[in-house]
Amino acid sequence: MSTRTFDKPEQNFEASRRFFLMASAAAGGGLLLSACATPDPTDGASTVAAAPAKPAAPPVDINAYIAISPDGAIRIMAKNPEIGQGIKTMLPMLIAEELDADWSKVQIEQGIADQARYGNQIAGGSFATPMHWTPHRQVGAAARLMLMQAAAAKWSVPVSELSTGPSVVRHAASKREISYGDLATEASAMPAPEKAVIDGLKLKDAKDYRIIGKSVKNWDSPRIVRGEPIFGIDVTVPGMKYASFEKCPVFGGKVVSADLEAAKAVPGVVDAFIVRQVGSDLMGLLDGVAVVADDWWTAKEARKKLNVVWDEGPTSTQSTTDYDRQAADFAKGAPKVANLRNDGDAANALKASAKTLEASYSYPFLVHAPLEPQNCTAHVKADGTCEIWAPTQNPGPGRAMVAAATGVPADKITIKLIRCGGGFGRRLANDYMVEAAAISKQAGNIPVKLVWTREDDMQHNPYRPAGYHNFKAGLDKDNKLVALTNHFVTFGAGEKPGNSAGLPPGEFPAGYIPNTNYGFSVIPFGVPTGPLRAPTSNAVCFAYQSFLDEVAHAAGKDPLDFRLELLASPTAPAPTPGRASFSPKRMSDALRIVAERSGWSRRASLPKGVGMGIAFYYSHQGHFAQVAKVKVQPTGQWRVLKVWVVGDIGSQIINPTNAINQVEGSIIDGIGEMSQKITIDRGRTVQANFYDMPLIRMPDAPQIDVHFNVTDNSPSGLGEPALPPVLPAVANAIFAATGKRIRSLPVIPADLRWA
Amino acid sequence: MAFTINVNGKTHTVDVPGDMPLLWVLRDKIDLKGTKFGCGVASCGACTVHIDGKVARSCVTPISSVGGGQVVTIEGIGTTPIGQAVQKAWLDVDVLQCGYCQAGQIMAASALIASAPKPTDQQIDEAMSGNACRCATYVRIREAIKTAAGVAVADTREA
Repeated sequence: MSTRTFDKPEQNFEASRRFFLMASAAAGGGLLLSACATPDPTDGASTVAAAPAKPAAPPVDINAYIAISPDGAIRIMAKNPEIGQGIKTMLPMLIAEELDADWSKVQIEQGIADQARYGNQIAGGSFATPMHWTPHRQVGAAARLMLMQAAAAKWSVPVSELSTGPSVVRHAASKREISYGDLATEASAMPAPEKAVIDGLKLKDAKDYRIIGKSVKNWDSPRIVRGEPIFGIDVTVPGMKYASFEKCPVFGGKVVSADLEAAKAVPGVVDAFIVRQVGSDLMGLLDGVAVVADDWWTAKEARKKLNVVWDEGPTSTQSTTDYDRQAADFAKGAPKVANLRNDGDAANALKASAKTLEASYSYPFLVHAPLEPQNCTAHVKADGTCEIWAPTQNPGPGRAMVAAATGVPADKITIKLIRCGGGFGRRLANDYMVEAAAISKQAGNIPVKLVWTREDDMQHNPYRPAGYHNFKAGLDKDNKLVALTNHFVTFGAGEKPGNSAGLPPGEFPAGYIPNTNYGFSVIPFGVPTGPLRAPTSNAVCFAYQSFLDEVAHAAGKDPLDFRLELLASPTAPAPTPGRASFSPKRMSDALRIVAERSGWSRRASLPKGVGMGIAFYYSHQGHFAQVAKVKVQPTGQWRVLKVWVVGDIGSQIINPTNAINQVEGSIIDGIGEMSQKITIDRGRTVQANFYDMPLIRMPDAPQIDVHFNVTDNSPSGLGEPALPPVLPAVANAIFAATGKRIRSLPVIPADLRWA
Repeated sequence: MAFTINVNGKTHTVDVPGDMPLLWVLRDKIDLKGTKFGCGVASCGACTVHIDGKVARSCVTPISSVGGGQVVTIEGIGTTPIGQAVQKAWLDVDVLQCGYCQAGQIMAASALIASAPKPTDQQIDEAMSGNACRCATYVRIREAIKTAAGVAVADTREA
């Protein structure tokens, strides 16, 4: 249910064609063999810090991902940005498994942004697992084949007589064995296997896995617990200056004037200048004033001297109060865009229903607020090249943006992917990257590290769009749901919802009931919106799974049984062959298991003020069902006591320790969202920092029971799909505890008072 | 103006304005980048260090107020037995996701165990609630603190 788009692979590798073999056009970006990888020797944030220990003899490239040293050390490149989802550890596990590597000899290094070599490099959409599951195992299997071919040539035996063990090739008949290190040079000279050969390679049976399915701890943890410089904000480049950038609090506002001289007069300030907007993308380079100094705090403090006068532009008339009014007005009429989905005759079915229900649900804008403020280090050099050290989730569009803003050709821009202190979708945008590059150029082609303040980050964000759902449901005389309509009011331009602001036409239970009508209306919006972890799903799930709970209660049915009944509908849409899609069977199984694990059937014995709620959701190829247990004090103070999670992400949990961590984090993150909001007033964001946009803390993190229901389906990702159902599960539990239905977020404790 | 401070047992003299926060002296002047910037207003705990063994939010601690206080940062905490145990527990429990807050979490946890060698869940909640983890690794932070302290890891709170 993601609205993300992908840029096409660059077509600029003609010159290198003979070195490259695109063995697979699979979505992960293909499988590139026999390329010489050039790792960033620093593999991290600091170009002055000591490089990781190098093996005595240099490693020999087997393909674009794998290099092996004569001493047996194996370097595996991690291609995707790491934002905390454990991908830097997990992707090399896939390669190492089929390489049949000795994991203790593996060194992981972060690849630079290089589309020709690695294909798309993006941390988003929980795509890393499904996109790389097969191609990355093939990368390892192809290298293993080359090692075996090298051994076969050395021993003059057929490859078919050879086998491998951890980092060795064996010939059983002659009881010979040779290490990968001893074969590396010869293997690297072997021609890369053709695509047909690679596609024909037999991959391991799951029962034979030595690495996949075993918990491998986060690769970068040792450096992080010691406080080594590893994040974007830690980057140090010789001769670097520090920048702070003041933008108009109203999106798209223009600089009229600024007291540049006053800022320049501050000791330690090197320069101050106006930067002009390039293009029309509100997540691109906007007007602002840059201050460059010898340290960041001085640059940030000198902004106070700027007294910038802004032309705020048309968005300055917008406010949340007015959005709410417009939403209420829209709700009185028919959707401006009708029949987003239309099954049967919902209007007449509602009229004919034995019982009808109406309810309006709403949720606010949300900010991503990764804990590491946006930052980027850039050096637009006098020689017409550019070097960038970026904590980005999505370097491809950033490169194009930097090229457009600086005039440096895209192929002269080097982007190093630096570990991100959280992403959550925020760093899919590259505004900080283009700002850093523009400031570096304008400051006289010096290397510059741009760091935003927390307030900058709160104010300039592609927010999770708010939304309003106006539901009507009809039950027949047997209390079966026979009709559902939703007039969804969202944000965007004209009749087009903004980024991540749309309603999926097939939103459940469409197709499972005879009469469905969804339509929408759009509030004009001058603030950018964008994907927040589990985009669209994190919002729509709350509304739908909460309203379905209301319907279940109106029908006099157990909320679990009601859901299972819907999922068992004979009209359930058939899955699309060959494509991951929602499976009512997988979801029903997850629901039954979570009910069992949570003691759902015994919930009637809970004391007043304690309740359990249930919800499910399918997103990012993951089927998740959850039960939340919530305690509400008579004062209305509430706390989630425990959440039971059952997830079906297919046949293989690749790295169990990280998988559980991701689920636990998603659950707590989702609970945290229930107390957060961003409001707009006069076109600017009201909230400034964590004192008025609270992050969930340790005491509010519940106990969590995580269970994976392993099924015979291709493995899928975990960065997102565990999050959406927790919001309605908790809201439904609050209803069970208090009789008060949460139809609007954030939850207001005063509204929950009882006794 | 010149200030001489003691960080991780070493003396550093820096020439900076007196209101410059310790955080930025550490990060930009003496190149200790392990201490993190998250909010600038003591709301998130990413910048947590110890001054004379007590937790301090370095983003709101002016350099002029540090005086002769013994500053310990994430780069130095591993030289203490408690700090070492906490770092090891963080690895054993595989706590982190993005990892950005963890320096501050480890500093807060080390100070907690120094004052409460066998911390209860309530003590953990109190001591750690000033440290936000945006990835919400709280389940494992709790477990790692108990592991470092050598107490049973089971969560004893109402569930």
